[in-house]
Amino acid sequence: MALPISDDHGPTTAHAAPIRGAKHLGGLLEVAPFGEPACLIAPDGSASGALGLEMPGDGRLLELYRRLVTARRFDRLATTLTRQGRLAVYPSAGGQEASQVGAVLALRPQDWMFPTYRETVALITRGIPAVEALSLLRGEWHCGYDPQRWRTAPQCTPLATQALHAVGLGFAARLKGEDTAVLVFLGDGATSEGDANVALNFAAVYEVPVVFFIQNNQYAISVPLSKQTKSPTLAHRALGYGIGGYRVDGNDVVAVQAMVSRLLDGCRAGAGPAVVEAVTYRMEAHTNADDAARYRSAEEAQPWIERDPLARLEAYLMDRGVLDQAGHDDVAAAAERFASRVRDALMVDVEPDPAALFTDVYSRPTALLAAEAARLAEEVGTTGEEAS
Amino acid sequence: MTVSMAEALNRALNDAMAADDSVLVFGEDVGRLGGVFRVTDGLMAEFGEQRCFDTPLAESGIVGTAVGMAMYGFRPVVEMQFDAFAYPAFEQITSHVAKLRNRTRSRLTLPLVIRIPYGGGIGGVEHHSDSSEAYYAHTPGLTVLTPGAAADAYSMLREAIEMPDPVVFLEPKRRYWAKADLDLPVRTEPATQAVVRRRGSDATVIAYGAMVDTALEAASAGAEEGLDLEVVDLRSLSPFDADTVAESVCRTGRAVVVHEASTFGGFGAEVVARLTEMCFHYLEAPIARVGGLDIPYPPPMLEEHHLPNVDRILDAVDALQWDDGAAGSGARR
Repeated sequence: MALPISDDHGPTTAHAAPIRGAKHLGGLLEVAPFGEPACLIAPDGSASGALGLEMPGDGRLLELYRRLVTARRFDRLATTLTRQGRLAVYPSAGGQEASQVGAVLALRPQDWMFPTYRETVALITRGIPAVEALSLLRGEWHCGYDPQRWRTAPQCTPLATQALHAVGLGFAARLKGEDTAVLVFLGDGATSEGDANVALNFAAVYEVPVVFFIQNNQYAISVPLSKQTKSPTLAHRALGYGIGGYRVDGNDVVAVQAMVSRLLDGCRAGAGPAVVEAVTYRMEAHTNADDAARYRSAEEAQPWIERDPLARLEAYLMDRGVLDQAGHDDVAAAAERFASRVRDALMVDVEPDPAALFTDVYSRPTALLAAEAARLAEEVGTTGEEAS
Repeated sequence: MTVSMAEALNRALNDAMAADDSVLVFGEDVGRLGGVFRVTDGLMAEFGEQRCFDTPLAESGIVGTAVGMAMYGFRPVVEMQFDAFAYPAFEQITSHVAKLRNRTRSRLTLPLVIRIPYGGGIGGVEHHSDSSEAYYAHTPGLTVLTPGAAADAYSMLREAIEMPDPVVFLEPKRRYWAKADLDLPVRTEPATQAVVRRRGSDATVIAYGAMVDTALEAASAGAEEGLDLEVVDLRSLSPFDADTVAESVCRTGRAVVVHEASTFGGFGAEVVARLTEMCFHYLEAPIARVGGLDIPYPPPMLEEHHLPNVDRILDAVDALQWDDGAAGSGARR
């Protein structure tokens, strides 16, 4: 499963390759590099041993498979709906479904997660109704779901800023003596942001129960990882903060779920924060508004097609007789029914109420907002009473 | 008893923490040191390191962590050590603190207070004297308060901590040591109201924070010259209590807005615009602004040239198109 090592302008897969940046200054002891990303199911569908991680039972594997199929179907539907003008924009999770599904299914209901704009698949996996999860990208309202109900923060668009909120919430849970654990999603590009580094440091100092889940999808819009950082791996970032850093094959949903579960358990037991780098690949452009052909070749994706998260799990399950063709078809049909319901819901036109613009700026509308609400109500021909 | 503004703020924090277990105080050096201005003095000893603690040195970390803690039921009161050192937290304040209620339709609210010592006049070297209020006041979702005296400092901070919305609480650091005769605890007017500090009939001087005392001094000096100046203390920049100020200005017909911040694009511009809309037909002269120069904050040996003072305020009053028949104008002319 060796991957081609791309040139300086391509992505750094860092898989089966020498750790970049390793220097040998005669006799000086260097910080130990990390090993290969942990993997339980190899790209060809065969079982693969990973130190410290156990292959779950068949029931769990089938559940992961169902969720993965649903995630992919949803992601493709959202892309289609965007082309049809039903969504304002959609940052696809195509190729990263295993990372998102595996990480979310490691959470308990009482745990919290902090997603970014690319985590709509994670929201769906959390159980959030699709219409609520897509409110942001539909352009209806910034956050369409109840964060308290789902223990899920609003999707964060400014990079890495949510990592500090995760640290604060984890800190708060620790102060209250609760065993709530927190999962925060970050991308490879976001690790360059100041707040990512501040969050890692605060997390370490306060020993908060937070798992930093970095999906290394190799690109920050158009900029490849090789131009983002000189860290040998993104998991290395943890070292400087005194945090454990781990790598997992982000296209192996089983390994991701097992790894994140272990680390969240560690958090609950008081082991403090952890960093996981999930090595994956963004199969689609940054969003539908992006043109990936301007900065990468189609050939580059080929090895990642061979590492497809769904194909390998399917092969593994089929090979072991856990899944047969009928079971496969049932799962596909269920995903299709889910997609159909989402499509129907998204086809309904919504007209957000302009009066709602003023209701949640402060706990009570100020005189200024009340006056503006009244003026807008007059413009749109309704009464302004709802806002006051 | 005699109380300084810093002591009043300290007492407010102490009383708020005693009244509500969910109130936490954290920031740089606020623990054992008690803050560089001693506003958090004794809180760690009194309430323990779980409720008052030092943070690593990163302002976005302090505010960002406070957001997460407020999401989980705490009421953090965080300290930015100096005005200009709060800028690393600017993204957290403007993109998250100010917006989270709105983004989530009030499902997540942030009852948190960001205390910022601000302004000049203490001989501080660069980056220690900024007046950054306009940045915050310009941001919907934030409540921006600034007391001018010790009693208000106590009362407004207590109220800020009790508010369901996030508050940027700007403390005029040059008044930290100003003493007042005061019994604590005290509750003054609601924090979001402007207050008339001195009644007068000739012109209204509008000020906030450190400039309230300067405006009152100007009014006293003006009185010796036969001028009867009214002084309004805004106290709250957002929301801005336009009604109280407009009532005064419509009555006097003349007004000067005073602040330390650079004049161009400053909060005074908003005040003048609002008052012009509300009082146009009562005005005898264009409303004047007396602000800092439009320069980066100067070094200590030159800051007296930058900051508004009594003379500049009275000069501005002088220039309000008085004619011989106008009340109170005779002595100045």
